[in-house]
This record gives sequence, structure tokens and C-alpha cells, in this order.
Amino acid sequence: MNAQAPALQDPRLNRPEPLAPPLCDGGFFERDRSIHPPAHAPGYKSSVLRSPRQSLLSLEGSVSEITGPVFGHNDLGPLDNDLIRNYAKDGDPVGERIIVHGRVLDETGRGVPNTLVEFWQANAGGRYRHKKDTYLAPIDPNFGGCGRALTDDTGYYYFRTVKPGPYPWRNYVNSWRPAHIHFSVFGSGFAQRLITQMYFEGDPLIPICPILTTIPDKDALDRLVAPLDLNASAPFDSLAYRFDIVLRGQRSTYFENRTAGN
Amino acid sequence: MPQPLNYLKETASQTAGPYVHIGLIPAMAGFDIFEKNFSNVLTTPDTDGERITLEGKVIDGTGTPLRDVLLEIWQANAAGRYNHPADRSPGALEQEFRGWGRAGSDFESGLVTFETIKPGAITDRAGRTCAPHINVWIVARGINIGLNTRLYFSDEEAANAADPVLNLIEQPIRRQTLVAKRSERGGKVVYSFTINLQGPEETVFFDV
Repeated sequence: MNAQAPALQDPRLNRPEPLAPPLCDGGFFERDRSIHPPAHAPGYKSSVLRSPRQSLLSLEGSVSEITGPVFGHNDLGPLDNDLIRNYAKDGDPVGERIIVHGRVLDETGRGVPNTLVEFWQANAGGRYRHKKDTYLAPIDPNFGGCGRALTDDTGYYYFRTVKPGPYPWRNYVNSWRPAHIHFSVFGSGFAQRLITQMYFEGDPLIPICPILTTIPDKDALDRLVAPLDLNASAPFDSLAYRFDIVLRGQRSTYFENRTAGN
Repeated sequence: MPQPLNYLKETASQTAGPYVHIGLIPAMAGFDIFEKNFSNVLTTPDTDGERITLEGKVIDGTGTPLRDVLLEIWQANAAGRYNHPADRSPGALEQEFRGWGRAGSDFESGLVTFETIKPGAITDRAGRTCAPHINVWIVARGINIGLNTRLYFSDEEAANAADPVLNLIEQPIRRQTLVAKRSERGGKVVYSFTINLQGPEETVFFDV
């Protein structure tokens, strides 16, 4: 690890007051499937054989779905949100240094506190540190490509990394993924579990990507594109991108046929 | 026209891709990075309950196992209590049993395994008893939004017959797609499951 690398600073300018949402256990808002990609999206070829043909069976949230795993700071290490340093062997990784930050909210606009956010990505040349990736661009000896963070009381998270490069993949003859970072988010119940991908403002590969364009809703697609956030950048150190994540809203329980009160 | 309500919209899902292991199970990608890692072992020596192995495969529309799939499970403890503040049922909570784990399939065989305990029966919101079950979430390359299903247990026939969720499935033959088969191997209890993504024996998936 490079002892000279500066510590990662919280990039916020104005920290909002922590929100203390009430315990809402009335289940989640119904998932609006019109903004999500359909299971069968033939332009993304591997979805053809991996998509159910039967309809999903709708379940109103029971205790199985409104609960989910709880994580704490004991699950994480001190460098887990710093991809510049968490795999550094003899120096910093090569690439554009960036901070990625934002809030995890639910559909009511409340921050989702203390939830686990995990992220992974290719290096600056578009090469993944994965035994199954054979792209000819080289591995960076100082870059692992994964990290994780717990949101704070307001739902805020941040991490530092290098901007990933685009890479080719076997879909059409000449398909290239836009630069992207994969995100995995838990929320407070297992029904909020979400995996998605963050893209970068201005990338010309975005409108022609067969995976990104599985999303039928233009606004939903645009919300996966993180804008440059110059205010959160560190001068002479790192640029910053802002990526807010919205999970399903959570209801209170009113007038339900059970003994526990709301 | 009524005025629109200004709710935010959920962030759209995207596939986890073929390299999901880098972020979620780095040892499977081929490297060691975190001090503490999540795993497919939910138990510690102190966990209450019957030790079981869950073992199965996820199958595509040609009958071929997925070898790059990732599963997460979420379950109650042996007393039927989830380790989460929204579960206020009377069963005893075990602080050391999180009730959650994740596993990637073997890159050659596609086999997925978990080491856990058999959960107790749950009481649902209307006060009905639900058969013991494990909630499963499936992501992979080619899966655009995570798939939710459940595993029930073949030796819980009476409880399964009365389970309110199994009974929502219109065709009784489809209920069988959610029942893991019990066997014993070398003194260990193994429940085997097959998740068919597509085709005549397609597993029931839920919009939860």
C-alpha cells in the first residue's frame, strides 16, 4: 500500500440534518415494472434463455419480504470505500481519480440509513480483475476493483476510485459497454434488494448499449447517468460524480387485521 | 386531471453481469481484498436448530446449468424469527444469526450450496402460520432484474399444504417447483433444489 496517498475526505459541502424515519413496516410500494428492463430483452442476447416465460406471482409483502439483513460497521474494513488504496501494492492505480457520492433514498424521499452499498468495476483500461475476463487490456497491479460502504444516518455514501474504461463484449460483433460501475444495494427489506449500474455523463456509448437500452423508460435510463459534480471534487486531486439511488418506498401500517399497533 | 404526486421513482435495475463475483464474492473472481467476507455459511457453532445443506442448480431454457449465477438467501431462525426490527413476532431472536448468505455457482458444474439451519414456521401479517421456507434472490448475466423465489421443504407436507403463499399458486403442479427434496448423505441433511428459469417445469417467481 502507498503510504503517501492522502486519506479520503468526506466530499460533502453542506451536510443535511439526519432524518429519523419512523419504523415503517407496512410493506413496500408496488414495484413499477414499466421502468425496469423486461426479463426477456432480445437485444441483450443472454437474456433470451434466462428469462421466465410465466408471469410473476404477486405477493403482498409479508414479514419475509419487509425484513432483510442488517449490516454494521463491524462487517467492513477501514479502506473498503477507497478503491485507490484498498488493493495498492507499490503505488496508486493508473487512471482518472474520481469520487463517487450520493444518497440512497426511498420513493418518499427519505434517506435509507445504515444500508450496505457494494460496488465493482473494471480498471481504467476496461479490464476486470476476474479469472474469466480475457480482454487483452492489462490488469493494473494496484487496482482490485471493488468496494463497499454503509450509508450514514441520512442515507449518504461515498467512495474513491479511478474511472473505469469501456470494454468489448460478445453480444453483437462490435458491442462495447459504456464506462460503468456496478452497484448492489440492500435497503431495509429483502424486497428492496437492487443491483444496477451507474454510467458517466456525456459517454457516447450510452445510447447504443444493448444492456442499458433494455430499460424502456427514457427518464429511468437517464437517472442511471451520473452527472459530473465539480463542487464535490477535490482540487488537484479528484473529480467527483453524483449518483443518488432510489429504493422502493415504505408504508406505515394502517387499520390492518392484527394485534400490533402502527 | 388530478395533480401528480411527487414521489421519486425507483432506480432501474440492470444485470449483475458475468463478473458479479468481483464485488460480491471477490475470492471467486480470484483475489483477496477485504478483511471480512460474506459467505454461504449462515451458521456458527452456537446457532440453534437443525443443520442443513442446501444444494442445487439454476437451469436455463435449454436445460443447461448457469455457471455464473449468484444466489442470496434470507430466512428466519429456528424459532421462526427474522433478525430484523420489523419482525415483532414472539419467537426468540438470536443476535449471532443474521439469517442471510450469498453463494456463487461453481464455474464448472453450476452447483450452488449453502450451510444453514432449517427455519421455523413464520406467522404472517394476518396471523396465519406459514410453512418453513427460505427466500431466494437470483442474479446473473442475462437476468435484467433479480428473481425472487422461495424454497420449501419436502418433509413438511402438512405445513406446505396449508401454506398461504403456496396456495396462491393456481396450478398445484407448479407448487412442486418450490419444494426442496430432503436426503441424508454421510450423516448430513441435504435439501436439493432445481431452479428452472424457463420452460415446462419453470420455477414460480414472485413479484414481492
